[in-house]
Amino acid sequence: MTDAGVVADDAAVDLSRRKFLTVATSATAAVGVVVAATPFVASWKPSERARAMGAPLDFDLSKLQPGQLVTVVWRKQPIYIVSRPNELVGKLSANDASLKDPQSAASDQPEYAKNVMRSRRADLLVLVGTCTHLGCLPKQRFEPGDATLGADWPGGFFCPCHGSRFDLAGRVFAGSPASTNLRIPPYIINGNTLTIGVDGAAGAA
Amino acid sequence: MAAAGETNRGGFRVWLNKRLPVDKFVSDQLLEYYAPKNFNIWYFFGSLALVVLVIQLLSGIFLTMFYKVGESTAFDSIEFIRREIEYGWLIQYIHSTGASAFFIVVYLHMFRALLYGSYKAPRELLWIFGMLIYLALMAEAFMGYVLPWGNMSYWGAQVIVNLFSTIPVFGPGLVEWIRGDYGIADATLNRFFALHVVAVPLAIILLVTLHLVALRQVGSNNPDGIEIKENKGADGKPVDGIPFHPYYTIKDIVGIGVFLVLFCIVVFFVPTFGGLFLEVPNFDPANPLSTPEHIAPSWYFTPFYAILRAVPDQKMGALLMLLSVVAWFFLPWLDRSPVKSMRYRGWWCRGFLAMFVISFLALMYLGLAPAEGIYVTLARIFSVSYFAFFVLMPFYTRWDRVKPVPQRVTFHHE
Repeated sequence: MTDAGVVADDAAVDLSRRKFLTVATSATAAVGVVVAATPFVASWKPSERARAMGAPLDFDLSKLQPGQLVTVVWRKQPIYIVSRPNELVGKLSANDASLKDPQSAASDQPEYAKNVMRSRRADLLVLVGTCTHLGCLPKQRFEPGDATLGADWPGGFFCPCHGSRFDLAGRVFAGSPASTNLRIPPYIINGNTLTIGVDGAAGAA
Repeated sequence: MAAAGETNRGGFRVWLNKRLPVDKFVSDQLLEYYAPKNFNIWYFFGSLALVVLVIQLLSGIFLTMFYKVGESTAFDSIEFIRREIEYGWLIQYIHSTGASAFFIVVYLHMFRALLYGSYKAPRELLWIFGMLIYLALMAEAFMGYVLPWGNMSYWGAQVIVNLFSTIPVFGPGLVEWIRGDYGIADATLNRFFALHVVAVPLAIILLVTLHLVALRQVGSNNPDGIEIKENKGADGKPVDGIPFHPYYTIKDIVGIGVFLVLFCIVVFFVPTFGGLFLEVPNFDPANPLSTPEHIAPSWYFTPFYAILRAVPDQKMGALLMLLSVVAWFFLPWLDRSPVKSMRYRGWWCRGFLAMFVISFLALMYLGLAPAEGIYVTLARIFSVSYFAFFVLMPFYTRWDRVKPVPQRVTFHHE
């Protein structure tokens, strides 16, 4: 009594074939969903323009006075360029005992800045001016024995948000909420030109 | 000319109900939905949360008509709304006050669940949907706070998005992907706008629907923690239940009236609420080169922020902050007490709940305070007691000496 073309007999249904088709269709659909989602997920990556704006930045070092801090913006981050007074650089290793990470083992910096000075050149400190704690801007407190930071303050940076303290190499003092030293961006020095955002052998001297 | 089997009798109502089950819906959801008859003041906050959701949706739709997304236009357009749109100040304050009101109401709603064991079986899924709503609400509030592009918007976003960088391996790439730039930028603001205005509200509406469907399935808990469905009269209706309409619709209207009076007082007289509902630095435009003196998130996030700052190690801090929210999801399985309501639990459970509430409020205060000296010590102590509530729950709920639960709901305490 069945209509033509309608299968009424359950025994005629090939269940393993049906199961295979169900699994195969679901798997194909899952792959399709992943592929279709790719452009939408990728659209969130920094755009061509953002990447172009994040290109390396040149800075003319002849504009920098001794003891001066200049802030430039690279990739939306303030970069501190500091002409470090020589007499204070020599005293940097005296801080080691009171630092969390004196050898910068757990901190973020290029290989050439993984030293006591945390820089290519002793007189020039280049660092990312955002606190490694929660991203505030540490302030310059270069004068040793600063009035608010105590007579034993050796000079460095102080973050007003949560009180993290760093020395003149951006290394964090014990007792600060930040757990790593201030980050160092990749940079090279060519004569009087500092280029932030590229790594290279140049300017190691 | 009616089709065969169809009659013209009954007019529009019959015609409509044949095509859309209006009467069936009203009957199932309101007239024939029996709720326990011993609800008290704690049972106002669910319906109030729904009211606030509607307030936020309506005021939000109007704000999008005037708000101009973009890092060079956003801040100015908010000032434009406040100063030059007719009643723009009112719509904006309704929306900003609504955000805080949402969290007040939701926190009280959640406390009710802790008080009467409303998360316990058979209401685990109901609880989980509620917690998902809470998470979506946090995302919604955070992204909404970024949109005015004030300095606290900017730095709040900076701090919160940077938390993702503590995730091992994927962290830094993930942060760049979330921001769409090397810092909080125009791209970040644009996507937060899309999520705040379209994606998250849709998710919230879906989750609220699921929350309500699950509630209709298992029925409301009550201050005695008794399952009213287990005691039905000859008519098949719970003897301790009353129809949701008119009884609880009328009751809820009273609650809504009181709520709206308080809401309007804040909107008209103290919209910034002393810097708690609208923070002072946010009246300055975003400035990547100047941090506000003191970065504090909105008050409703501060308990978790206090836990983050209490931990000396940043990765551990972020992890504990995440756990402090996730722990709530597991309450139905952590709680081993044979009774639901605090009315019939002993002093172990009551003591731990009291300690938890005190810890939560203390952390809320400490998250607003500067992270130094005694505040850090206190935040550590209260973080420990916060987590003790969850971690020790399987033990103290079993040791606890419970009282016999009555057969019928009661109207007097003890």
